[in-house]
Amino acid sequence: MATHHDHDLPVGEIPKPQTKAIWKTFIILVVVTAIEFAFAFAMDAGTARNAIFIILTIVKAFYIVAEFMHLKHETKALIWCIILPMALVAWLMVALISEGSYYFESITNYFN
Amino acid sequence: MSTSTTLEAPKKGTWDGGNEPLKASYGKLMMWFFLLSDAFTFGAFLIVYGLSRHKHLPYTGEPEAFTFSTEYWPIPEKVFNAFPGLHGMDLPLAFVALMTMILILSSVTMVLAVEAGHRMDKNDVQKWLLWTILFGATFLGCQAWEWAHFISGTDEGMLLADGTRVFGANLTINQYGPPLFADLFFFITGFHGTHVFSGVVLLIMIFINTVNGVYHNRGHYEMVEKVGLYWHFVDLVWVFVFTFFYLI
Repeated sequence: MATHHDHDLPVGEIPKPQTKAIWKTFIILVVVTAIEFAFAFAMDAGTARNAIFIILTIVKAFYIVAEFMHLKHETKALIWCIILPMALVAWLMVALISEGSYYFESITNYFN
Repeated sequence: MSTSTTLEAPKKGTWDGGNEPLKASYGKLMMWFFLLSDAFTFGAFLIVYGLSRHKHLPYTGEPEAFTFSTEYWPIPEKVFNAFPGLHGMDLPLAFVALMTMILILSSVTMVLAVEAGHRMDKNDVQKWLLWTILFGATFLGCQAWEWAHFISGTDEGMLLADGTRVFGANLTINQYGPPLFADLFFFITGFHGTHVFSGVVLLIMIFINTVNGVYHNRGHYEMVEKVGLYWHFVDLVWVFVFTFFYLI
């Protein structure tokens, strides 16, 4: 490996770390998780609480993907390549959950 | 040494790897598309969970009066309320909160390793990679405990109609609720745990490479970025598993 030393950066030229944005994102993630727990104990289960959970989850997902995975700073085309298929998955989820409710309705109301 | 230098020299021709679609390097682009396909798999798991849950009877009584039964889907807070070393105490979601914090923290140390890689700071990359490996391994240990507890069951178990009791869960019998609940627990958290395990293996590999100076001599730490993308994805999946399995 000694032959490679001419490619190395001179010692002492390592710039200072720029970690402010990273820790900011970390604090946001921790706070949002704490809020989720607060809702889990302070609020009764129901559609409203579930909606709050899903919205807060999407907020967390946004910060992880945009900041940690750096997607926010990629080209627009790449961003859409990732987001559009996932939007379709979310749609499938909504469709199949209502399908599950319908199935439950059917077996409880029509076959008893 | 000269052979390895020519092998690692960047190719410049348009059809030779020099052209970068979407202005992302080949490796990162492929990692993004792999993660997208992996997200479909996890999405399918969570969709099946949602569907199965909605086709089962929900528990409608008072949360305080909740008992385990195969008749209705259990309340997650009543299932996941144990903590290692605090036997018999009702601590709903406390352990899973700890696991979530560990994984978020590991994501932060990973992004710090990537940041150190941009600055070609070998020592910092090593330091943050080690922290990430440590948190990842801790998370795996927590999950092993969670599984062991889920499989062996609680002291009371579930009282059946014929007076016998069922303890713990496997793929066919489940003290916490319908068997499908345990099956989905094993498959969803198991598949996620497998990803964490693969991630820890990848992290150990790039840690060894970093210590040996492979990336420093290559002139960039892009491999750390690519493994970082994978690691953040594992964290991202946990965020969704946490919401859909433990909170809702």
